[in-house]
Amino acid sequence: MKKTVLNQLHHQAGARMVEFGGWEMPVQYAGVIAEHMAVREAAGLFDVSHMGEIEVSGPQAFDFLQYATTNDVAGLVDGQVQYTALCYPSGGVVDDLTLYRFAADNYLLCVNAANIDKDFAWLQSLLADSDFSDLRLINRSAEYAQIALQGPLSESILAELTDTDPGTIKYYHFAEGEVAGIPTIISRTGYTGEDGFECYCPAAEGVSLWQALMDAGTPSGLVPTGLGARDTLRLEKAYALYGHEITAEILPLEARLAWIVKLNKGDFVGRRALLEAKEAGLKRKLIGLKLTEPGVPRESYPVLCDGCEVGYVSSGTMSPCLRQGIALVLVEAEIADGTQPLQIGIRKRHVAAERVKLPFV
Amino acid sequence: MDFPEELKYTEEHEWVLVEGEIATIGITEFAQDQLGDVVFAELPEVGDELVAGKTFGVVESVKAVSDIYSPVSGEVVEINDELPDEPEVLNTSPYEDGWMLKLRLSNPDELDALMDAAAYQEFIEQD
Repeated sequence: MKKTVLNQLHHQAGARMVEFGGWEMPVQYAGVIAEHMAVREAAGLFDVSHMGEIEVSGPQAFDFLQYATTNDVAGLVDGQVQYTALCYPSGGVVDDLTLYRFAADNYLLCVNAANIDKDFAWLQSLLADSDFSDLRLINRSAEYAQIALQGPLSESILAELTDTDPGTIKYYHFAEGEVAGIPTIISRTGYTGEDGFECYCPAAEGVSLWQALMDAGTPSGLVPTGLGARDTLRLEKAYALYGHEITAEILPLEARLAWIVKLNKGDFVGRRALLEAKEAGLKRKLIGLKLTEPGVPRESYPVLCDGCEVGYVSSGTMSPCLRQGIALVLVEAEIADGTQPLQIGIRKRHVAAERVKLPFV
Repeated sequence: MDFPEELKYTEEHEWVLVEGEIATIGITEFAQDQLGDVVFAELPEVGDELVAGKTFGVVESVKAVSDIYSPVSGEVVEINDELPDEPEVLNTSPYEDGWMLKLRLSNPDELDALMDAAAYQEFIEQD
């Protein structure tokens, strides 16, 4: 199993470690619910160094990214971040990612840990099969540690450690500065639905950055936070997760991601299939369900209507904030838009669920 | 971790307290620690017949679903009604407030197959 530079710190902090996408990562320290609430009410610190970073640079970097990704890179300015995806020609998703524009000819893609090699190989093959040649693709994943500081107190904690005023960094923008004397890309992004920053620093400095942030934040209630809380936090906000809502078999249009698919920006990989699917009408849609009876919906549990299976749970959990079961479910389009009573099959029970507006929290 | 001397234990991390012909059953400190925050408990009903080694309920944490196995056989005579509303007591008080059910033993000889506290402690250290 691969380990991040912070691995030993997690063990020392008493974290429970699990395998995630080929990496040994902390799933919890004090407990998922306590960590979840800390992020909603104060702040939490996540090791996300397992995520990958791929540089795309050179004169044709922009044109290549317009072709390879689904969102419109043209609207970006230097220092801006964009949520986007790589699609297959079928319209299914290779990976979802954030794209950082450093300059018109210099970008960094932050990709899911489990997909680093797959994404890099995919981009290389796209490049080889295309007319683009004047650009570089460099897998820089091993060079970076990435630490996410998330929660309403993030800005004040970070401000103690840097001359870069974090208050001047807008949502989905970044600045290059120093944090605790360590060169850091300070990105106002995250996966929790709270204010926060994702900090990229040289891998060798990861331990120092983590410790400086913990020392600065502990008096305000900052706690180390594991993958367990990361999942419940993102699910309460209905953020899609690779392998659940985002797969080669699900169109981004079905998964509430039409906003990152710019069908009118010009040609890109997957465009034709996505356009055809849109014109034909989507067969499935992702919606949110909240259980109205006790129970915990989980991935792959069936969604039932009149006793018939009409879809499945792509992600589910017990919401720590609502104290109710919540689920993202992929269901037949007419069910998604209808008002029929729905249930989720949990073992032998059919547990009543209601459609809710997303996000859940 | 605490493993009271007066209890008997299973390899699936349940405990049994025997008082006459009545056995009280719950999950161990080790089990609740492994599970993490418990958010849901599904129990049988009074009158159900449980069979040693068979599942009788489910405990769920945020991350995991865990079947609970009956250490012994018998008829359920009482259920901890607090658990469905406050499953977190399985974390905070696994041996007292977190008891799951009481049953009337139908085959007390089954108790001989269970571990005492020392044997259970050794079992989880090896595991």
